[in-house]
Amino acid sequence: MRQRWLGPAMFMPAILYIFALVGVPFVMAFVYSVSDVKIGSEGYHFVGLHNFTSVIDSPSFRQAVKNSFIFTISSQILVLIGANILALALRDAFPGRRFMRFLVLLPWVAPVSIGSIGWKWILDSVYSVVNWVLVRFHFVKEFDAPVWLGIPKLAIISVILVHTWHMLPFATVILLAGLTAIPRDIPEAAAVDGAGFFRTLFQITIPMMLPIINVAVLFGAIFTFTDMTVIYILTRGGPFDSTQVIPSLAFFTGILGSDLSEGAAISIFMVPLLVIVSYFMLRTAHRAEVT
Amino acid sequence: MARPARVVRTIVLWLVRIFFGVILGFPFLWMLITTFKRSPDLYNLKNNPFIFNEPPTLDNLRLLFNETLFLRWIANTAFAGAVVVVITLVLAVPAAYALARLTGEWGTQLGIGVFLTYLVPPTLLFIPLSKIVAALGLQDSLWSIIVVYPSFTIPFSTWLLMGFFKSIPKDLEDAAMVDGLTRWGAFIKLMVPMSTSGILTVVIFAFTLVTQDFVYALTFISTAAHQTVGVGVATFLVRGDVFYWQSLMAGCLIAAVPIGILYNIFLDRFIEGFTVGAVK
Repeated sequence: MRQRWLGPAMFMPAILYIFALVGVPFVMAFVYSVSDVKIGSEGYHFVGLHNFTSVIDSPSFRQAVKNSFIFTISSQILVLIGANILALALRDAFPGRRFMRFLVLLPWVAPVSIGSIGWKWILDSVYSVVNWVLVRFHFVKEFDAPVWLGIPKLAIISVILVHTWHMLPFATVILLAGLTAIPRDIPEAAAVDGAGFFRTLFQITIPMMLPIINVAVLFGAIFTFTDMTVIYILTRGGPFDSTQVIPSLAFFTGILGSDLSEGAAISIFMVPLLVIVSYFMLRTAHRAEVT
Repeated sequence: MARPARVVRTIVLWLVRIFFGVILGFPFLWMLITTFKRSPDLYNLKNNPFIFNEPPTLDNLRLLFNETLFLRWIANTAFAGAVVVVITLVLAVPAAYALARLTGEWGTQLGIGVFLTYLVPPTLLFIPLSKIVAALGLQDSLWSIIVVYPSFTIPFSTWLLMGFFKSIPKDLEDAAMVDGLTRWGAFIKLMVPMSTSGILTVVIFAFTLVTQDFVYALTFISTAAHQTVGVGVATFLVRGDVFYWQSLMAGCLIAAVPIGILYNIFLDRFIEGFTVGAVK
């Protein structure tokens, strides 16, 4: 009989904690988005969809939505290509593999703010080492060396590349796990039957890895789409909102601008993507359960 | 198999490894070089930035340790990490066991539900949480993040530990319970000791997740002395528009590398958690 309540007694505290600090604020985000709550203000007034209409009318917001998708999709495409190649290169034992694994992991493991600061220095407007190399090898003249974070187009490219750099290790280790789980005799049998490297890769290895590639992409997409740290450190959304994304705009509006309700309304626009990703995660999890 | 094909393959593989190794590792190499540079050397565009044109110096490290709050930030992070780890273990270990063993099929469903909450990003929750933190009287205190961080360490840890408990054969507990232990006794005296490596994994991951956060610490804490290392280095080592690049890079390197080493040791388990069982 004691068993009936022992189970719930053991998991309820954790569930309640998560409910209080994820469930409640999640609902509050919606409640705030239809209100006029500011930092330091008391009371709550329902204002309907006012925040949403004013958000949708703002050019900064439209730019941020566009950028969020551009950044997420382009960096995930780069990550996917890079991680597949890198995982293949790391699969077999080679001297220094352990060190290589450590090195490959660092961009993901190091706090993202710290990796971003490293890049801010590498892409510095005056002392950029990238520019030094470009000038040294006469790709550009010293007086018109690129200002990576100061010109909209270059800033967008820089942000995408830093996101790619940050997420590549994560996707690589996950794909590597998928790759090593494929029984070795399957690709070998294909090789014996005369299939070349690329044929084996595209017709056997990649199809077998699809579920795991899905996992890497879903997590990668969500982490990139909802990240504001890279932007906050590299560009603060600038120049002229050219690198503004939904989460960074929510932060600048809601926290720095003290307009909690409008910030909440902006952040709500991340929810549809979260729902879609969660749905696919659930499907993956259930399929793993069945097999 | 023609030998030349093998040679070409090996060369291509090494080129790929070197290419990615250089790109992924470069920022950290650059931090290392910058750390020991003297300012006249660093801020001279005529100098080759890859070599030391003037002898390396330890002054930047001295500045970092003696004249900034760096050590304070490290201590804050370690303290917050330790408390968060304790809260996480106390709540997640029993929860994972209960969901893995006691509650049948819907325990697994609930476990997946718990894991999904890990996908709700801080950038969606930080605005309401800033009000909650203020209501609790924790604004601008290290305790604000200590209270909030378990909201993402518990889901992930519970999920990891569920897999771990499921891999232990049920017969062991049944035998122990036949020998007179209660269910709770079997959990405490048998399952927890048997799961030491799983629990250690959770300790490492909960701690590294704490070091990864930027948004919450930036939102809740405004006083420099109360910050964590991730936010402190990235925001408070910059005064106005002046970047103390050498000390900044030193701080980044010191904060990043130990975490990297820890993580690397426990990587395989981490992957198990993330792949949601898609790899068997």
